[in-house]
Amino acid sequence: MLELRNITKGYAENRKVLINLSYTLNAGEYVAIMGESGVGKSTLLNLIAGLDSPDSGEIRINGAAISSMQDDAATQLRREQFGFIFQAFHVLPHLTLAQNIALPLLLNGIATDCVNQMLEQVGLHGRGHHFPRQLSGGELQRVAIARALIHRPRLVLADEPTGNLDPDTAHEILQLIRREIKANGATGIIVTHSHMAAATADRVLHLTKNGLHPAQPGHNL
Amino acid sequence: MKPPSIFRWMMISEWRAHIMQIAVALIAIAIGVAMAFSIHLINSAAFNEFSAASKSLSGQSDLQVRGRKAFLDEALYPLLAKHSSIALANPVLELDVAVPGKQQGRNDHKLKIIGIDPFRAAQISPDLLGVPEEGETLDRIASDTIFLSPAAMEWLQVEQGDALQLQAGLQAITLRVAGGLVRARAGQRIAVMDIGAVQWRFGQIGQLSRIELKLKDGINHAAFKTRLAKELGESYWVMEAADQEARIANMSRAYRINLNMLALVALFTGTFLVFSTQALSVIRRRQQFALLRVLGFTRQQLLRQIIAEGGFLGIMGSVLGLGLGYAVAAVAIRFLGGDLGTNFFPGVKPGIFFDPWDAVIFFAIGLSVTLLGSIAPALEAVRARPALALRSGAEDAVMAKLSSPWFAVICLSLALLFTQLPPIFELPVFGYLAIALLLIGGITLMPRFAAWTFASLLNRLHHERIGAVFTLALARLANAPNQAAIALGGILASFSLMVAMAIMVTSFRVSIDAWLGQVLPADLYVRAAAIGDQGGFQSDAQNAIIALPGFDRVDFFRTQQLTLDINRPDVTLFARPVDKEDPRNTLPLTDDVIAPGSLPEEVMPVWVSEAMVDLYGYRVGEKVVLPIGAVPSEFLVAGVWRDYGRQFGAIQMQLTDYQRLTGDLSVNNVALWLQAGTSSDTVVASLRQLPFGAALEISRSSDMRALSFEIFDRSFAVTYLLEIVAVVIGLLGVAASFSAQILARAKEFGMLRHIGVMRRQILVMLTAEGGLLTALGVVLGFVLGWGISLILVFIVNPQSFHWTMQLHLPWGWLLAIAVIMLISAALTALFFGRKAVSVQVIRAVREDW
Repeated sequence: MLELRNITKGYAENRKVLINLSYTLNAGEYVAIMGESGVGKSTLLNLIAGLDSPDSGEIRINGAAISSMQDDAATQLRREQFGFIFQAFHVLPHLTLAQNIALPLLLNGIATDCVNQMLEQVGLHGRGHHFPRQLSGGELQRVAIARALIHRPRLVLADEPTGNLDPDTAHEILQLIRREIKANGATGIIVTHSHMAAATADRVLHLTKNGLHPAQPGHNL
Repeated sequence: MKPPSIFRWMMISEWRAHIMQIAVALIAIAIGVAMAFSIHLINSAAFNEFSAASKSLSGQSDLQVRGRKAFLDEALYPLLAKHSSIALANPVLELDVAVPGKQQGRNDHKLKIIGIDPFRAAQISPDLLGVPEEGETLDRIASDTIFLSPAAMEWLQVEQGDALQLQAGLQAITLRVAGGLVRARAGQRIAVMDIGAVQWRFGQIGQLSRIELKLKDGINHAAFKTRLAKELGESYWVMEAADQEARIANMSRAYRINLNMLALVALFTGTFLVFSTQALSVIRRRQQFALLRVLGFTRQQLLRQIIAEGGFLGIMGSVLGLGLGYAVAAVAIRFLGGDLGTNFFPGVKPGIFFDPWDAVIFFAIGLSVTLLGSIAPALEAVRARPALALRSGAEDAVMAKLSSPWFAVICLSLALLFTQLPPIFELPVFGYLAIALLLIGGITLMPRFAAWTFASLLNRLHHERIGAVFTLALARLANAPNQAAIALGGILASFSLMVAMAIMVTSFRVSIDAWLGQVLPADLYVRAAAIGDQGGFQSDAQNAIIALPGFDRVDFFRTQQLTLDINRPDVTLFARPVDKEDPRNTLPLTDDVIAPGSLPEEVMPVWVSEAMVDLYGYRVGEKVVLPIGAVPSEFLVAGVWRDYGRQFGAIQMQLTDYQRLTGDLSVNNVALWLQAGTSSDTVVASLRQLPFGAALEISRSSDMRALSFEIFDRSFAVTYLLEIVAVVIGLLGVAASFSAQILARAKEFGMLRHIGVMRRQILVMLTAEGGLLTALGVVLGFVLGWGISLILVFIVNPQSFHWTMQLHLPWGWLLAIAVIMLISAALTALFFGRKAVSVQVIRAVREDW
């Protein structure tokens, strides 16, 4: 599903964030990536999403080299095959919940009939006409999850999805993310500092300067 | 850290981060203050110089005696000279004399000649004494000499000793320039002659313009003025210097005030821009302010912070504006003159005078409007609850209170009420207030209107059909109307005012076009250089013209000036043949008229201009007494006519009535209708061959129309300039607002890019937002502008200039302005939208970068 081949990325001559990183992720897998701040977790997500280009190396999504695609092609791929969940939710304040969730469908030219069903799936049944300002943090993240999955993406990228939530809500959200990713048959990557979040993934990877490695049992970050 | 340091810290960091928005607001305030200040400086300079020049002609007299007609009989002079309370009586005859070869058909081709008695004038107005060559003192009382001011010498291109030719009626008069008037004011074009010489050479025997009086010591001026007025009777006016000043001020007051109001439009637009800058800044810094509140910043400190930031902006903008205004005024007065090309203050050359108090007042106005623009956003910021404000996502609710319909309803209701109120001191104060309230009310309604319009549009159009980009654009406009409306405030104000002015000017122009068709029905108009109160054509000259071949009809006109109120400029009297069966065939009458055939035979009818109704209270069917003829006579007001040529009043009467009352058979103008097939060139040639042909001013009606429109367009050139300035300020506001909003929406664009929205789609979305919003602004601006134009056409103009007009909408011009606005706003959005697709927006969604 996702192949990272010898990825190197730096922001200055002497500040390489990722060096010669390689990894392969299979379809349907749900992995957590952990690592210290500044080690390049978000950079890695940007590269996978085609929002940034590696200095060298190649990234393939289902065999397509997103890292060498033109912006429009990468955007098209992202639109169809990716779902994003952010730490700060990033739902549009001027759209209703239903409109926020329907965005990927509209972008892909798909009918929006399934929005209510998705709202029900994420526990927001009957609130499609509400605006984001009427929601709590946990509810906002449910909207973001619904938006990330509504168009049945092949790859879901979640960047610290529970960083702004209390532990109880975080737990609920993490379970929801896992359940929905699995229900949709998608591949998922969750970037997190939280062991609780990481524990919901099938596998936990540790990003260091030396690359991505399976985390040792009991490893304390 | 002490509060003052926090203040500096926050202001400097905010300004540094948003230098463009701050610069635009600063420029808007500066331009607004500059326009208002420069117009004030120019008007003051011209008015003061005109007033000073007029006063310099009156000398140091205590009182003046004038006739109710333009001239008075000199028989009064010896009576006053011998009066026991009068120390000195100084007779003056003042004439505006045509100069051959100078521009014809306008007010600037005449030389003001003042006839004085040098021996008496030496005591009362010594500035008017000419300086002859050494040993030639008698030139002051010679019959063929004239003394010219330096400006007059320069204008006429003559020097001491040269011959000067002038035109008096059909006669050419040659005089010798005997010397100069060294104490004349700079730019003042005047000439002085001996009073007897003026009376004789210009055919004004026995006539005086006024008699200036110096009272004996100990005489109470006010009491004597009343007593003398009673002694002299109703045929004369007795006035003081203050009356003269009021009269001069009245002449140009409406023009000056209307121009000042127009100049304030730019400042008014600037206020909206400051408001939008401050409001968007408050929205952008909502979380920052909430954090400060959490950390212990009091509400008062926050209020002071935001208002002080606005205050600094106001101080800098106002100081810049004062400097710019002074420079603009200096340049304008140098190249366009004190009346900006409108010829409202002829014969003066004013210089700009910097009055510190005026500067302080305009500085205070600039600062006040800036603070006014800052108050609402500041109050909104301090009202915000920190816990809620710390959360993102409710930015649009920040300004929700501003969209309360009640405020708008109150403004609009008051505006409606004010349109029904009469003028104050003959000024349309309530008219202007109604315009301001209409604008404020209309703009306040904008968020609700935008929300309603775009929500309806969004509901009607199915998401799938319009796609994600337009759904996003429409949803934002429908659900976040406050920010959008804030961005549009300045442009809405300037656009609606431009629409209003365009409608008013077109209505005026079309009405003048129709009016000229009625008042200039003949093919040719001939006049002799009028002198004083005399008609240039005596009976023999009239007969010579009638005897010429090629005319279908010949009408003669007699014009004269009447003083009906000493505090007001003179009223013009037209005596002409008026169609008795139906005066509408002769005069541009309004509906206020006695029906044809209902006029009693025994009365003398007069038709008065609309200004006479407003200023003198004349009513149709009423009998009035006018000083025409040896004794005042009674006339019946038979109708009201439109007069766009004289805002201080004019009266039309039958020429036969005039001639019977006065015995004066001379006329000033001749209207000639050519026979079919007769060429105007042939007729002009035959007129020129008359013995007095060379002295005739002959104009084709088409030339007179063209000249009228040239003057009209020149008069409104300043108006157009001020309107364009206001629109540019409005567009700058759109640029600043878009730029600010795009920065504030970085995370939104970042998220959209993540979920697959392409760069060009974001640009299309922003262009659509800008275009749709401006389209709505154009629609609302048109409605508002139309409403304002109704106030301008039906309230401000009649109350200021005392004339009415028909409403005409310049559809082509309005459409062109709307398209230009739409394109400008969409391009502005597109230009600033480039930032929205930069790499930085993608990173903006990352919280832990």
